[in-house]
Order: sequence, then C-alpha cells, then structure tokens
Amino acid sequence: MAASLLIPDSAQQLLIAEDRKELLRFTTAGSVDDGKSTLIGRLLYDSQNVYIDQIESVTKASIGRNAGLIDFSLLTDGLRAEREQGITIDVAYRYFSTPKRKFIIADTPGHEQFTRNMVTGASTADLAIVLVDARKGLLPQSRRHAFISVLLGIKRIVIAVNKMDLVGYSEDVFRQIERDFASFLAQFEEIEPYFLPISALLGDNVVTPSKKMPWFTGRSLFEHLESVPVGDRAAGAAFRFPVQRVIRPDLDYRGYAGQIASGSIRPGDRVVALPSGRTSRIKSIATFDGEKLEAQSPESVTLLLEDEIDIARGDLIARAGETIDVARQIDATLVWMSEEPLDLRKRYRVKHNTRLEWAEVKELHHRINVHTLAHERAHRLEMNEVGFIRLEVSRPLYFDAYKRNRTTGAFVLIDPFSNSTVAAGMIAGIAKPAFEERPFSRPVRTEERAARLKHRGAILQLGNREALADRLERSLFDRGHTAIRLRQWAPEWKQPLLDAGLLVVVTDGASPACALETASSRVDFEELTTLPADEVAAAQLVGDALEKAGVFVADPELAESEGI
Amino acid sequence: MPTLNHLRLLEAESIHILREVASECQRPVLLYSIGKDSSVLVRLCQKAFYPGSIPFPLLHIDTSYKFREMIEFRDQFTASIGVKLIVQTNQSALDGGATPYAWGTQRCCGALKTQALLDGLRAGGFDAAIGGARRDEERSRAKERVFSFRDSRGQWNPRNQRPELWNLYNSRIEPGEHLRVFPLSNWTELDVWQYIHAEKIPIVPLYFAKVRQMLVKGDSLIPVEQPFVAMQPGEELKWVKCRMRSLGCSPCTGAIYSEADTVPKIIEELFGMRRSERQNRIIDHDTDGSMELKKQEGYF
Repeated sequence: MAASLLIPDSAQQLLIAEDRKELLRFTTAGSVDDGKSTLIGRLLYDSQNVYIDQIESVTKASIGRNAGLIDFSLLTDGLRAEREQGITIDVAYRYFSTPKRKFIIADTPGHEQFTRNMVTGASTADLAIVLVDARKGLLPQSRRHAFISVLLGIKRIVIAVNKMDLVGYSEDVFRQIERDFASFLAQFEEIEPYFLPISALLGDNVVTPSKKMPWFTGRSLFEHLESVPVGDRAAGAAFRFPVQRVIRPDLDYRGYAGQIASGSIRPGDRVVALPSGRTSRIKSIATFDGEKLEAQSPESVTLLLEDEIDIARGDLIARAGETIDVARQIDATLVWMSEEPLDLRKRYRVKHNTRLEWAEVKELHHRINVHTLAHERAHRLEMNEVGFIRLEVSRPLYFDAYKRNRTTGAFVLIDPFSNSTVAAGMIAGIAKPAFEERPFSRPVRTEERAARLKHRGAILQLGNREALADRLERSLFDRGHTAIRLRQWAPEWKQPLLDAGLLVVVTDGASPACALETASSRVDFEELTTLPADEVAAAQLVGDALEKAGVFVADPELAESEGI
Repeated sequence: MPTLNHLRLLEAESIHILREVASECQRPVLLYSIGKDSSVLVRLCQKAFYPGSIPFPLLHIDTSYKFREMIEFRDQFTASIGVKLIVQTNQSALDGGATPYAWGTQRCCGALKTQALLDGLRAGGFDAAIGGARRDEERSRAKERVFSFRDSRGQWNPRNQRPELWNLYNSRIEPGEHLRVFPLSNWTELDVWQYIHAEKIPIVPLYFAKVRQMLVKGDSLIPVEQPFVAMQPGEELKWVKCRMRSLGCSPCTGAIYSEADTVPKIIEELFGMRRSERQNRIIDHDTDGSMELKKQEGYF
C-alpha cells in the first residue's frame, strides 16, 4: 500500500503516475480524547508518510509522558505549549500522498472553546471525518462537529467510531451509534455519510481492513479516502470571476487577473461586469504559458475583453444572462471568532471575494445552539457562537447563496481597530426586511402575485369527484402549489378568487359540470364532462388542461433542478 | 473539462495569494533565499503578473556564508529575468566575529538571519514579506497562516493567530507591523520538485549529485568553504558523490550521499527517502522545538 514500496521501474513512469494524482482536502473533528491526533498519526505512519527522524523525535519526546509505544499523536501536535498540555489548540495542516492521491488534512482541535478552528479547517475541505468514542456513543459534541461541517458546506462526512478495541469490537455498539447518527444527519440535505468502526491506536480499519471485525465489510478509512469522488463541484456552476488586479504593462494592454470562483469560460463568450452592468465578450484568456481555449474553476488566469469597459479590483465578471444576487442587505449565518463579542452598533470591515467594504450587523435574528440546533433569542454573539444575522454593507455585494457557491457566498468580518478576523459568514440570501420596515409603494398587481405564487388564478370544478380532487391537490402540492379546496360553490365568489390569483378546486355535488376557468378564459372541454372513472387518467387530463390554459408560471430555476 | 491535477490546483492557489498580497499591501517584498522553493516562487510571480513584470523587489539576506555557487546563481538568475534585487547583510555582527563556531548556531542565526531580515524590512519600509516556507517542512510550520501577522518587533505569536478561512486573506496591519505571506504553504517537497520538472525551472547546481570534497563527521557530510570550518582530530576530507537537499549557509548545511544528478532522479530518490528535508540542516537540532523558538523571535 505504501508509496515508498511502490517505486515504479523508472523515474519517468513515476513522474507520469505523479502527474495524474488528484487532490482531496479533508478536515478532522473530534472531542478531546477521541483519539483524533492518534488517528492522523496512524494514517500517516501506516501509509508510510512519516520520516524516520520524525518518528525518532516523537519517540524521544514520549518518554516523559507515556514511555513505551510510539505516541502517534505527537506526530501531529505541533507547538511546544500543546505538547506540554497534550491537546491540539490550533488548526494544523498535514500533507500525505498515496499512489492515487495527494491529501491535505486540516487537523482541528476538539476542545470546547475552539469551534472557530473547526470552522476554519472546514472552510476549505471537501470531506470531514467526525470521530466518535465507541464507549461514549453519540455525544452533543459529535452533533456539533457534524453540524459545523454541514454549515460550512461539506457534503461528504465520514463518521469514524473509534476505540472499538475498548468495547470488544462489538457490532451492536457500532450499529447503535450508526443509527443514532444517521437519524440526526437525516435533517440535512444532500449529506453523504460513511460510517466505519476503527481503532486508531491499534490500526483497525485505518489503512488495512480489520481482522477483528469480520462483520464490517466496508472500505477502510484509507480506501474510502482514496476512492471517494473528488473534483470541483464549482466547475459546473455559473461562471464567476472576482477581479483581483488589473494588469497594464502598457497602455494598449488591459488584462483582468483573478481566480475563477466557479464555472468555465471560453473566448467569444458574452460576459457582464458588475457593478457597472456593462457587457462585452472574452477576447482571450492569457497565461504565462500561452493563450487558453477554455479555463475553468479554480484556475488563476487573466481575461481580456473585446470592449474597453471600466473594471477594477473588487469588480466581478459573470456570464451575460446568468443571474447573480446584488444587495446591500444580506441575511447570513455568522460564526463569531473573537473574544470581544459581536457589537450591533459597531462598524466592521467585510471581506467578500476581492472586496473590502464597511458593514454593520443590523440584526441578530436568532442564535443557533450548536448542540441542540435550536434557534434561541439573543442580543449578542460570544466567541464560538453561531447566529443568523442581517448584514448591511456600505455598497452592494454581488453574491450567490453559500449553499450554491462556497466562494461567492462566503465572507469574513474584520475588526477595524484590532485588525483581527472576528467572524466567518455564510450568505443565505438577500435580506427579507421586517414587516413594519417596508414602505408602501403601490398595490400588489396580478403579475406580481403570479410571480410569487408561480401560478395564475384558476378554478377547477370537479363535481363530486372527491378522490380526484385529493389526487390533484397532492400533485399540485408536490410541485410547490397550494390549492384551496371548496365543497360549496357560489358564482359570485369566482371573480374575487381569480383576482387573488388562487388555485381553487371545487367539489360541489350540486354543480356537477366539470370545467376549468381562468381570468382570461373559460374552458368547457367536452372530455372533462366525461372524465374517465380511472383517477390516474382523469388527473392526467385535468393536469394537461391546466398546462394548456397557461396556469403555471415558468420558474427557470425550478424547471432546471426538477426537470419539469 | 478534466479535473485539474494537484500541481495545477496548487499553482492556481499560489497565484491567487501572490495577486492578493500585491494588491492589498503597500510595499511587499519577496524574500529570496536562492533555494529551490525561491525559484518556484519566482516562477509563480512571473505567472501571476504576466505579461506585466513582478511588481515588487527581491530581498536576499546574505549571511556571507552562503555557497559560492548560490551567489553566482543568484546574480545570473535575477539579472536574466529582470527583477530588482536587494541584498541585506548584518555587517556589524560579521565585524564582531559572528560565525556558527564562535557564537553557536542559535546566536549566529539570530544575528545574521533574523536581525538582518528585520533590518532589511525596516530599511525598505516593507509591510509584507513573501516567503517560500512550506507547512510540511517542520512541525511548528504546520500551523502557520498563509498571511501571517508579525507585531512591531517582528515577532510571531502562535497563541493568537488570526483565523484564516476560505481564500479570504486578512492583510490589515498598523504602521510598524508587517505580514509574512507564504504562497507555497500547501506544497510539499515532492510537489516543488515535480513543478521544477514540469516547468523546467532553473535551480542551483548544488542540488544535483556530483563528486565533491566533504568533511565527513560520522553520518554528516559538511562542505568546507569557510576558513573557520576546521577539522578536529580524526576527521578527514573525502571525495564523495553527494548533493544538497536544502540550501543554507555552507558551514551549517549537510550534504547527503546521492547519485541523483537530474530532476527525475531526485524525485525518484525522494520516494525512497526515509528522512525529512530539514534533517540535514544542522541548525534545527539545537533543542526540541527550536524552529518554533526562532519563529517567535522573527525568523523566516
């Protein structure tokens, strides 16, 4: 398995193999004494990524603490102070490689007050390993570790149930923790958990599959890390290019240097510059190694445009026609990282993409209890607390929601006096102003209602077909529409209901004719009066009629994600 | 499009860092040590600002004990790419007799490297010093930030580092303070060599194996370039095929026995290597955690 044992025949073959290696960044989280440092030390040692002199130096150091075996945790506990206390206190980055991949580990401490380090480590990771002590089961800390990983946008979570040697390698113990954790994770969307039982101390299922747990047939941690899909999810997303710098070697050359945050671009593509809103086309993609025919996230390139438009550092180049949110008022999840608590009257610097602006936290909607995930009323945020806030920025930001884009959806707050980074923010979206704050502009129009409800007003008369009405309501509901069910009908209700833009399903046995009515048309389809007795076929017919009548308002976003 | 391999991902990240420091700091400077990491750093700078020129000067802290071949390479290489080179030396310490033998490595390094560096930064009014240090080099470096804050005395406080998230670097400082910026933070020794190979980056010939005359002290091979490197009874000069794995001052840098005289052979050699890169740097062996002590005082 070890890299050093697989020396290819020649240096050339080695170079070719190395050239194909992918990169996976992962983070590790666990409470004190869960054995996290031991696990990483073991992972490095068993995959032969530790040098002899490093082993010698920790073997020497372990004499004072616990003589005997190699203390794997010392391979990763870096600083003197930590070595003396035996706990890791800051994010440490480790590097190792296997024949298939290179890995960057953000090793983050599990100590209660160091949530901020975990958030830091998770911010650049594609996968998280959460360690659980088999003897203790699912503790609040484990939930917190998983929650923070999810909060930072990590989809792939490995739950490593450690110290299996201390519970007699019991399958029951493992399965109980697996069930408990899986039901906790079920509340989050798109999470891909992988559960496995290990002993970091003895090496079971870390690199090699354990002989002591024949009941577990899954991949070892090492095999999982080598085979889990990598690749930049951002590469398939909308094109976003925050401009870092304008390159002007002479008056005729104007290149915009930056790192592609998401998506890809080719010469000839139409782009829009924000905030100016001016459009142009990509003339060329310049690099030191020559012009490129296509560039993708996360490459660092220089873009040249066909037209001379004014673009500076902090601006953003996007593909023309693709929407991006622009707002000064933003709702976001904030992780507070400073000993000085959040001050709602203070101005902070916000760094978002390549911009630095002034900002104020205008409102603390609620605090999120990281143990119970409950929303709590709060007036301040202390170090390591998480809150949902409204940020007001001095000038509009152009952004995506963090769950869609981990680059354009992230920001940090900097204290203007101490200059320290005090908070990490994940943008939820444009702020929804509180009810009383919204100034009256004009009455709500039909089109606005339709845009909000994603449908126009329609009245469906179904006679006494209750079962059909249930079926139709369910279909509408699953597509995001709420139908109003009426079991009595009076003709004078028609106009106000249509004006309100509502979808109404009427089953009044007294008016047996089946019909579909909208503001612009009344459709008395002949076939509707003789709807098939079969509910499925009948629902299909009515559904088609709704489509044809133009009741549904197309939502491009919804259409794309749900294939409607 | 295919997924980018690890080298291209590291390259993209480093270029982003270089452009950030060049855009956000008033007077950045690149700490040029002449070693392989510096060579990679210079290439990344060329890429980051292409087709413009590198928008900051290079600063070399010359202890006067560097290898002759390093200085030759430095002068030829920097001239060929057209960058401004500043050389800083702590002359008063040298006049006072600073050598690793007379003063001990700790004190000699403190005067000729740390003090000279702080003097050089102050003299140039530099607010950001870009260095080629990597987190995989040494345990205490594993927790170093990419944008690493130094107080007005140039000191690093590992207990109070700024959180660093995503690629959002905090470059805010007050007058008198400065930043150390490490664009190669996430590179490993092997990545550096692969990149040198892929990009055909010129490096000092001392990295390649050649038959050289060395002072053999037990397992250590010590180059004899300075008059004060004297032989003790029982020690002898031998002709051995060897190379430097990392470059520093000649009296304090050990060579390793090696047959690797090309970059691919060096990469192959690294794969079989069982000892870490800085192990041959005699200076790091003073006390357990010695690098961390030096860094707190303002070392590279």
